[in-house]
Amino acid sequence: MTSIVAARAAPAAAQSGDRYFRWLLIAMAAAVPLIMGAILAVLLSAGWPAMQRFGLAFFVTSTWDPVAREFGVLPFVYGTLVSSTLALLIAVPLGLGVAIFLSELAPGWLRVPVGFLVELLAAIPSVVFGLWGIFVLVPWVRATLTPLLKSSLSFLPLFAGPPLGIGMLTAGLILAIMVVPFIVAVSTAVMRAVPITQREAALALGATRWETTRTAVLPYARSGIIGAIFLALARALGETMAVTMVIGNVPQIKASLLAPAYTIPAVIANEFTEATSDLYVAALIYAGVVLLIVTVIVNVVARVMVGRVARGLAPIRE
Amino acid sequence: MAYYRRRWISRAMSVLTLGCAVLVLAPLFLVLGFLMRTGASAINLEFFTALPGPAGEPGGGMANAIAGTLMLIALAGALAIPLGVLGGVFLAEYPNARLTHLTRFTADVMNGVPSIVMGLFAYVLVVLPFRHFSALAGGVALGVMLIPMVMRTTEEIVRLVPQSVREASLALGVPQWKTILRVIIPTAAAGIVTGIMVGVARIAGETAPLLFTAFGNRFWNWDPLKPVAALPLQIFAYAISPFDDWHRQAWAGALVLVTLVLLVNIAARYAASRQVKLR
Repeated sequence: MTSIVAARAAPAAAQSGDRYFRWLLIAMAAAVPLIMGAILAVLLSAGWPAMQRFGLAFFVTSTWDPVAREFGVLPFVYGTLVSSTLALLIAVPLGLGVAIFLSELAPGWLRVPVGFLVELLAAIPSVVFGLWGIFVLVPWVRATLTPLLKSSLSFLPLFAGPPLGIGMLTAGLILAIMVVPFIVAVSTAVMRAVPITQREAALALGATRWETTRTAVLPYARSGIIGAIFLALARALGETMAVTMVIGNVPQIKASLLAPAYTIPAVIANEFTEATSDLYVAALIYAGVVLLIVTVIVNVVARVMVGRVARGLAPIRE
Repeated sequence: MAYYRRRWISRAMSVLTLGCAVLVLAPLFLVLGFLMRTGASAINLEFFTALPGPAGEPGGGMANAIAGTLMLIALAGALAIPLGVLGGVFLAEYPNARLTHLTRFTADVMNGVPSIVMGLFAYVLVVLPFRHFSALAGGVALGVMLIPMVMRTTEEIVRLVPQSVREASLALGVPQWKTILRVIIPTAAAGIVTGIMVGVARIAGETAPLLFTAFGNRFWNWDPLKPVAALPLQIFAYAISPFDDWHRQAWAGALVLVTLVLLVNIAARYAASRQVKLR
């Protein structure tokens, strides 16, 4: 008798166990969107005093004066954008080259080790790149690269000023090294997602391997490659330690790439613990909120574009 | 265009893209070479056992920073591992739920949020209410970064568990929750642990989110509510200091950090390749 009752009760208990467990899993999975929302809400409320006080003029004002309680982030925005652009100008062609190599042109035995080494490059901590930047890259830029640029391109205002070694150019170089693995990883993945039939069609028409890459693979993977570039951009915009160690940390807008500059993440890193007034802290958090919103938008765009190729929905043009 | 010319262009592009690979990987070897040259000469037993010395005086080590980093990892893991693993299981086991799409997308976006912003978040959330910097705040900042990494890798691994394993368990009358906890998670455990290790290796080197949360400390500290030292923080502080001996210690610290990070990544790679072969 009892055994029958137990047998009947068991499924019911199992079902309620399933229900509780499902709710537990749902709670854990729902935590991610909730945390993301909390990050945004918490930072918006903490930065609110500065937003109220300075409004959008915050972005077009160059005064950063904690004593006078006047804050404007134009030089930091400029430094962030220029150093990231510089990084992408270097990293995109190189990264795409490596991706094409890994996905299309490399002999099979080279693909795995090269891909793995690129992964390792991404694993090196930012502060280590910064350390290397201070002791190797900065002296190299000062003693070798700057004289080279000055002797060949000295007519450009881009390369005016004394050879300090620290500055926008060095920051761009180190950022390029740090974001290139992301371009390689994502571009290689989207190029591998291109259906093999696309390649076979081109090869059957007598195309060489490079022609196949150019006419069949790259157009198909295009939106994913743009997504990869956006991902790298988001990384470059938010990168803190390595940049702050080599960019010089001077809030100024100079045409010369050899001049020191400053970025939004760097100013937060350097001044946050020293921020004495509430408005000072709020201004730094305001800058952080802007950084957060911009990187989230760039990431969303990137994910959508990468997802398009990965799901095989890439529109076939040309 | 003659065929030989087209073939020549194709070969030239192979060489050119190989050149790109060499250029991209050069910094990896330059950084590793630099650390081995400088760090190896600076590293000694004292580095692992002693507290930092007074400013400007030679000697001292980073024992408290190494311990602090372990403590921060433990705090971050306590927050992120349950959330990440169970959330990842949900993503894999309920692939069509609306929450799955939302969470997966948000996790990917969260992975791209700058680490310094996570530091600001932990500052406002933990440091402000407690009114002082703490290891707990650093753990929260790192933990929030770790959650999406663990969740996404767990999802990928759990999806690899064959459907037949689930069906076998369910057919024996095992309820689904028990199937997940006793069959699916143990089957995927090796991969999940690998994913956690890679994530931990990444947050272990993070500096920016700790600057105004864990803050750093020149002495031992085991209290989660007090500021604590961390290896990357110490490397940063020493790297920008004016003292030669501190520079040497920064190199030694970086060598230790990079060795750990690379070992974990290589081990993870080895584990992953073995798993593929077994399947």
